[in-house]
Amino acid sequence: MSAHLKSPGEQANGAQAQQPAGLPRLLRGIPAEGALSLSEHLAVHGEAPLAHGRRERRNAAALIDRVERAGLCGRGGAGFPTAVKMRAVAGARGRPIVVINGAEGEPASLKDRTLLGALPHLVLDGGVLAAQAVGADELIVGVCESSDVDALQRAIAERRGTADGSLRIRLATVPEHYVAGQEAALVNHLNGGPALPTFTPPMIFERGVSRRPTLVNNAETLAHLALIARHGSAWFRQLGTAAEPGSTLVTLSGPVAYPGVYEVEQGASLASLIEAAGGATARVRAVLLGGYAGAWVGAQALSGLALSDEHLAPHGATLGAGVVLLLSEDACGVAETSRVTRWLARESAGQCGPCVHGLDALASSIEEVASGAARGKARQRIARFASLARGRGACSHPDGAVRLIVSALEVFAEDFADHARHGICDACRRPGELPLPARAKTSATQAVRAKPAVAGTAGR
Amino acid sequence: MSHRVRVNPITCEAHGMCAELLPERIALDDWGYPIIDEQPLDPKLLAHARRAAQACPTFALLVEKQGSRSAP
Amino acid sequence: MSFPLAGAGPSVYWYMTRSTGAVALLLLTVSLALGVIDVRRLQSPRWPRFVIDGLHRNASLLALVFLVLHILTSVLDSFAPISLTAAFVPFLDSYRPFWLGLGTVAFDLMLAVILTSVLRQRVGYRVWRATHWLAYASWPIALLHGFGTGSDAKTTWLLALSVGCLLVVLAAVLARVLPGWPRDAARRGLALGGAAIFSLGLVLWLPSGPLGHEWARRSGTPAALLGHPSSSSSSTSGSGR
Repeated sequence: MSAHLKSPGEQANGAQAQQPAGLPRLLRGIPAEGALSLSEHLAVHGEAPLAHGRRERRNAAALIDRVERAGLCGRGGAGFPTAVKMRAVAGARGRPIVVINGAEGEPASLKDRTLLGALPHLVLDGGVLAAQAVGADELIVGVCESSDVDALQRAIAERRGTADGSLRIRLATVPEHYVAGQEAALVNHLNGGPALPTFTPPMIFERGVSRRPTLVNNAETLAHLALIARHGSAWFRQLGTAAEPGSTLVTLSGPVAYPGVYEVEQGASLASLIEAAGGATARVRAVLLGGYAGAWVGAQALSGLALSDEHLAPHGATLGAGVVLLLSEDACGVAETSRVTRWLARESAGQCGPCVHGLDALASSIEEVASGAARGKARQRIARFASLARGRGACSHPDGAVRLIVSALEVFAEDFADHARHGICDACRRPGELPLPARAKTSATQAVRAKPAVAGTAGR
Repeated sequence: MSHRVRVNPITCEAHGMCAELLPERIALDDWGYPIIDEQPLDPKLLAHARRAAQACPTFALLVEKQGSRSAP
Repeated sequence: MSFPLAGAGPSVYWYMTRSTGAVALLLLTVSLALGVIDVRRLQSPRWPRFVIDGLHRNASLLALVFLVLHILTSVLDSFAPISLTAAFVPFLDSYRPFWLGLGTVAFDLMLAVILTSVLRQRVGYRVWRATHWLAYASWPIALLHGFGTGSDAKTTWLLALSVGCLLVVLAAVLARVLPGWPRDAARRGLALGGAAIFSLGLVLWLPSGPLGHEWARRSGTPAALLGHPSSSSSSTSGSGR
């Protein structure tokens, strides 16, 4: 899949302006293939206001104020205010470390690997600027194993001698499974442990990599930061809404002419995005927003749908990691939900009983409904397992699976009822639309010993 | 200053002693894992909570002061 | 209180050391069995988990109390030259050094288990768990110590008690090892093999060992103490040594 410059509201990409208006922002100058070199990157965006020398480094923290005024929030899915995170790390005891999180565990999201693969210097700018702002001496770029590691190493090597010399930059590969991109899991992996979430406290901003205060930012977030540092917070707010300013990257997939990574302003309409992607190639039944651990929104709500958390909240959805997955009318929502749920259950880290057993029970229940083998009160059973799994794990993985199912029960209510009465439908027999990569768990990432289940301890 | 009970779901292995010793705040789900009522503990329950935390074979149960988890 | 060496009957310490030793063995057996019931999560409405767990801890602590008495009385008893150091450092003393030393080793292992358990929150779960396995080593060593040093080895009551405790421990080991087969088959096989070899070895050794002729001399009783009228190898009543 490729990234596209065809973004809604695009302006002509003429001579590099001081404060480039409109879109694209992050994707400006993206090459058809390969990556922009450092000089090419500087030709597109200009110099980054990196600090050289000790005096400039002391003032680097002013960037945090700018980020705060810009209202930048994390683009990794959690949407946490970036400035708050930076301040927490800067104020913690010990010399901080900054980690660029490019370990995109969500298979339906391609934006981070696209950024790091084609525009590495934009992300690295952001990483270096953030490191200077919080006083870090080390920057780690975390990427999934399947990325073009060599290209990134070249990009890092290009910067040697240019950026502030006291900053160490290194690359780290992360195994490719769903929870590996979670902040605590990434830190755990960097500390030599498995790429699995850990229990907090201690919080990462206080004690993360090598027990030092650690700032973990999504790759796209840092790319935005690199531009805010150049053009200011007012510029950033020229796009987007007041509550959710700026632009954001979304990965659009499903029945459209040109699926791929797009840059849209926050609050843009889904319709304009589909149009920019060449239009839908089939009638759309529903859209999955946020990721596989996201939420379904049904066709009837699609026409007025805007891509911002504020607008999606009434539908029980968020933009998450910028995932927009269209489902055609030819597919069966029940079957797809069932497959994704089982996949999510398998992608559990396997550390917490309620997640391991809860997701397994949920997947089994939905599979029963999907295959028509469900006995009465299937919906109640699903609802009960959902409430048992929610919020009782060490990370939000089970919460995401629950969110997916709860939204599916609502959006595909008729299909669920149909399946319960008549069994599998024609659409079920076709291969699934949603791609679910088979991920072999290596011994290094193998879940810890099986979580016991003590039967008969609570009444059903 | 009130206290709360919290469980570390990673180290919890569903032994279930906590639910025996603090049934006022802990129930067990279908698989033997604790469902915690996050209401604050009154002083009478605090001693029982501490005993339950001590009894846990894997140290998964924690008794924490309210608001001791730092933001964000 | 001490009694003169020759001619008089055995001191009260000597009686106490034998009885506390036997009770300690019994309590250690109970503790091990309860530990297995604990880890296997067996329970009933009248025996909840925390009760089994509490009983296991209390049995261990009580065993420790009896062991301390056992050690103190054996030191105080003036018949055999046993020093207090021998309680912690094995194979030092001249009275049946090997068999006495086994008791010291068993005691040291037990101390490690109990100390790490009492300080569990300080040493952390992993250290505690790893050390706790030593309990399975401590028990058979303690049993051998009892057979080797005890002069009551041939008495019916002690033999019955020892064999009974051995059967309980074997049952506990089976209950611990068998569920979950064949996961970790290598480790489980090793445990079963070890238990089988120990039991068989014991059964084969006893008749020619402590139950055989002149065990007191063969086990290393100092010559000065041999030849004492009560140091003959047969002692069915409590008056022998």
